[in-house]
Amino acid sequence: MATIRVQAEAFDTGAELVRLTVGRTDIGGIGCFVGVLRGGGITEMTLEHYPGMTERAIGAIAAQAEARWSLLGCTVIHRVGRLLPGEPIVLVLAASAHRQAALDATGFLIDWLKTRAPFWKQERTAEGARWVAARAEDDAAAERWSKEA
Amino acid sequence: MTPPDPAAITVLYFAWLRERVGVAQEQVSPPAEVATVGALTDWLIARGPAHARAFAARASIRAAVNQDFADPATAIRPGDEVAFFPPVTGG
Repeated sequence: MATIRVQAEAFDTGAELVRLTVGRTDIGGIGCFVGVLRGGGITEMTLEHYPGMTERAIGAIAAQAEARWSLLGCTVIHRVGRLLPGEPIVLVLAASAHRQAALDATGFLIDWLKTRAPFWKQERTAEGARWVAARAEDDAAAERWSKEA
Repeated sequence: MTPPDPAAITVLYFAWLRERVGVAQEQVSPPAEVATVGALTDWLIARGPAHARAFAARASIRAAVNQDFADPATAIRPGDEVAFFPPVTGG
């Protein structure tokens, strides 16, 4: 059963790694992805979600990953609200007996989070606020996991 | 907030769709023949200029019924929660 959290507060990646692995001797590797808000003209970002549906959608994606790669543990934390450049946005941890499953599951989860989880980003720059448009590259990245299935 | 009417449909809007409609949530009671997400979209567009403007790019608008992704053919019933939103941009 994956740990899923949608929260305004920052997360502690080290503490989450410990939480996932404490007392375990069956885990051989953990894949870890931390998404960070890039600056580059962006002064802040506001993330909106759909309370209830967002958690359910992430849970469904995580359950798919757990089954497909026989994961031994999985954590997804996604922040919402106002974020500043340099702040972490999302954490994906996938634990498995072997590295390839852990790394592949991590890649699958972040690709699907970008294209299927109900979050919407609004960026603020010197010119004002604008809603971020969905990117075709993100759809293509998620789609490659269906082809490999 | 108005107490929920069990016979009404709760419609939620997110991101720029919410800004264009002007509300995050509303309760609507369309006629019984409005039985799919697509029919509800048509009915909402006919309600006024804010809705019409919000749904102008309707091909790019996604929907969910009772918190599951839906498409224009998905059936809706009184009491359902129907959400409209732009393509997602998380991660």
